[in-house]
Amino acid sequence: MMTLLELFWSFLQVGLFSIGGGYAAMPLIQAQVVEQHPWLTMSEFTDLITIAEMTPGPIAINSATFVGIRIAGLGGAVVATFGCILPSLLIVSILAKIYYKYKGAKGLDTVLSCLRPAVVALIAGAGLSILGTVLFGESAVALQNVDLVGAGLFVAAFFALRKLKWNPILVMSLCGVAGLGINLLLHGLPA
Amino acid sequence: MTQEIAQTPKRKLLWQLFSSTFYISMFTFGGGFVIITFMKRKFVDTLHWIDEKEMLDLAALAQSSPGAIAVNAAILVGWRVCGALGMAVAVVGTILPPMIILSVISLFYAAFATNPYVALVLRGMQAGVAAVILDVVCSLGAGVIKERSALSIVLMIAAFLATFVLDVNVVYIILAAALVGVGKILVLRRARKEGAK
Repeated sequence: MMTLLELFWSFLQVGLFSIGGGYAAMPLIQAQVVEQHPWLTMSEFTDLITIAEMTPGPIAINSATFVGIRIAGLGGAVVATFGCILPSLLIVSILAKIYYKYKGAKGLDTVLSCLRPAVVALIAGAGLSILGTVLFGESAVALQNVDLVGAGLFVAAFFALRKLKWNPILVMSLCGVAGLGINLLLHGLPA
Repeated sequence: MTQEIAQTPKRKLLWQLFSSTFYISMFTFGGGFVIITFMKRKFVDTLHWIDEKEMLDLAALAQSSPGAIAVNAAILVGWRVCGALGMAVAVVGTILPPMIILSVISLFYAAFATNPYVALVLRGMQAGVAAVILDVVCSLGAGVIKERSALSIVLMIAAFLATFVLDVNVVYIILAAALVGVGKILVLRRARKEGAK
């Protein structure tokens, strides 16, 4: 019961404070499920983001279901997802009423213009901690611990996305296949 | 526009709303902005429930409200078409596909991730996902810098230091940025008053 309440409360905060869609929820989910609660390790969180990228649906809903079901079964998934959408249900209907009454909200634009740069920085922070997991795994951040395969794949993937404008799902799939292939070549079949 | 809604029996309307949102959510990869274009195609062009201008307004509202854009857009469209019941139906239609898919995946994840081959594939994909996120960050960051607003750039740097170096709670950073926005409104308002005098 306590766990269900904690799940609800955590994902309520994710729903309430993720503004701007897309990756905006990611740093909040990381804070809740990796840092404030021992629900996922950073590596599992990175897997979750990878899975969320490869499947349809918002990251927040994907995460609520994934974390909820692992912590407290199907009921956990439902409770976490409900917590996640509850702020939307309340706030969107209020904003819609205000919006239709005044047709446009000048103040809201100003607040959002200040939120946007902060959200970009938060996504950058979350992205860098995922990169940290790729480069160092669970070991300490030091030059001799860098996983060269991970580093090489990251640089290649970044180039493919940024300069060649490849599709993200294609890039991630290729990274998966290449990661398997290179490791098998280097280390042989896993025991 | 609302003629189409008024002429359709309510049960059929709700069913169409559910099946449309379910279908759109099932096949939308890549987040909120993509889903809005699909919704426009369905609700504006095919079903004629909402006109184009209003859909743009709904999209703006969905993006500026807290929460997932897809869920927010479903709330707005559902409300517009069939009130509170429509809202509930559209939201359930939107969240069911990801819930079903992720439930299945999370049931298999434990067995899946301990398989050495799958673990290697996942590790490779982690490198890819880090690249995808940092690529998005570069585009978004370039957008903020292009605004040529000192306040935006200072906010971006300060938020980055707060989250990455100082480990400040993400919620506080968002609240602080919102407060700066409220402060900006007050300053602008005072400036306008001074100007009027």
